Amino acid sequence: MTLILPIILPLLFMVVLMFTRRSLLFQQFFGIFASVLLLLFSIWLLTDILKNGIMVMQTGSWVAPFGITLVADLLSSIMLVTTSFVGMIVMIYSPGFIDKERQTAGYYPLVFGLLMGVNGAFITGDIFNLYVWYEVMLTSSFVLIALGGSAEQLRGSIKYVTINFVASIFFVAAIGILYGKAGTLNMADLAAKMQTWEANTPINSALMLFFVAFSIKSALVPFFFWLPASYHTPPIAITALFAGTLTKVGVYTMFRFYSLFVVFDEQFWKIFILTLAGLTMLIGVLMAASQFDIRKILSFHIISQVGYMIMGLGIFTVAGVAGAIFFTVHNMLSKTNTFLAAGLVYQKSGGYDLKYLGGLYKASPVLAVLFFIPALSLAGIPPLPGFFGKFFLIKGGFEASEYIITAIAIITGLFTLFSMVKIWNEAYWKKVPEGVSVSGKVHPSTLIATAILAGSVVLMGIFAGPVIDVCLQAAEQIVDPHMYISAVLGR
Amino acid sequence: MESVLLKIAASHMRPLLIVLSVVVLYRGHNEPGGGFIGGLMLGSAFILYAMAYGVKKTQKSIFFDPVNLTGLGLLIALASGLPAILMGEIFMTGQWITLFSNTFFELKLGTPLLFDVGVYFTVAGMLMLVMFSILEE
Repeated sequence: MTLILPIILPLLFMVVLMFTRRSLLFQQFFGIFASVLLLLFSIWLLTDILKNGIMVMQTGSWVAPFGITLVADLLSSIMLVTTSFVGMIVMIYSPGFIDKERQTAGYYPLVFGLLMGVNGAFITGDIFNLYVWYEVMLTSSFVLIALGGSAEQLRGSIKYVTINFVASIFFVAAIGILYGKAGTLNMADLAAKMQTWEANTPINSALMLFFVAFSIKSALVPFFFWLPASYHTPPIAITALFAGTLTKVGVYTMFRFYSLFVVFDEQFWKIFILTLAGLTMLIGVLMAASQFDIRKILSFHIISQVGYMIMGLGIFTVAGVAGAIFFTVHNMLSKTNTFLAAGLVYQKSGGYDLKYLGGLYKASPVLAVLFFIPALSLAGIPPLPGFFGKFFLIKGGFEASEYIITAIAIITGLFTLFSMVKIWNEAYWKKVPEGVSVSGKVHPSTLIATAILAGSVVLMGIFAGPVIDVCLQAAEQIVDPHMYISAVLGR
Repeated sequence: MESVLLKIAASHMRPLLIVLSVVVLYRGHNEPGGGFIGGLMLGSAFILYAMAYGVKKTQKSIFFDPVNLTGLGLLIALASGLPAILMGEIFMTGQWITLFSNTFFELKLGTPLLFDVGVYFTVAGMLMLVMFSILEE
């Protein structure tokens, strides 16, 4: 019953913000208030699901294979909590960073539109409905990335919109083939049907189209090129929101699909996914190492880190999947945090290009620490959560005897450290280049938001034990989908 | 673009199209029609007017803002799910009341119609928002 709220709360907030879009102050405060409310609700949802198991709601009283089912298992609710936390941080950050024109041109309603789409994608149990939530999410992100309409933004958004449309075409085509083959689009019903099929049923064509669609949206090799070409163009608060939520929806969907549909032809997909994961990790991190714009380095890092998550999926043991879930949560926090810290750098010295930055450690140690924490966490230095995420993934890899991918994961960690140290050396450590000022004012709201996020990264490292316990439970539900299927179909 | 023919046609067509859009909206539950098509008709009534008289004059002649119309539509669509909760059923379960019934004619109203009204306003508002900003140059 309450499962509809992650969708209708953002909708309600969006409408309120639409009506009041001219009054800046109200928007700013209501944005923070609403996102806190959303966060509290999703935490409550997570605790409830931890206690009582998978939560199911049949919208409009149409039972499972016929109507649209909403399902939240532990993975969904973990993602819901993380997304709304990232949303809250961005809401606190935005008033101090985004210019007034953008703020009154519908920025706040659009962010809640995006959150509604993301939440919907996390809790829907129906493939066509999933497509609709993807579109809700993408439509909001199209407007957000072009909002303000500077030439650079429009250049970036054309690439972004085009490639995402192509992905949507693949998505719909796959839905069509699947529906023609199976006659149902309810995920649980479909999975139950598939288990009765013979092993050579030609379903991989549809699954491959799905895979291409999702790997475009989550920027896997070889479909990653749109991300670094577009993510650096909007104001960095928007980039941070995208980095923290959008690609991870693609990753989440792959987990859900793999767990429900792929299991019965696992050999083919396992090798395929592990190969792509390895390539994604390496290529992403190597391309990041050659960049000089902070935003571009971080954008390429998103790609490399998605490789880790997909690696956990390819291993597909409880330990591997739990590691991947832990890593995804950590990544949503740390990635957003590094982008927000780059926004602080921008406020302080007016640019993102490493060649024209320097001396920020001396100018403001607080700024340096706020970058240092998530950067080290991304590189995997203990006791920060990035270390535990990688540790569990690599441990899972060894236990499943996947040595090559594990070796690649370790090497990628070194390169990640290298490019984080590069940002650190160039922007914070070296002397201020001539003609560059580091005396810009940093808005307190941006500082507070980044500090809360950095604090939460540290806390996640300290309380890694309890968090990984929850992730292990979530992974058990993913590896064994019978609980999910019987919860939805009621048998 | 100054055209007397278009102006006269547009000012006469606008009320007609608005009435027609409501008819299409209402019959939509069981026959072809519905909120989406009705909304497109409502929007096109104002777009036709804007093509003849210009966007500024059209905006003056209507008392609402397209964005607010979209918001109103979303609110109505959201509200259509709530009666089910009041009746103790799951969100969006259809609720019906029969207002008038005899052997020849029956008037039934329900939450699906209310949802359609929401779609109607949302589509019309969105269409007007997009087209006005294109026409405005």
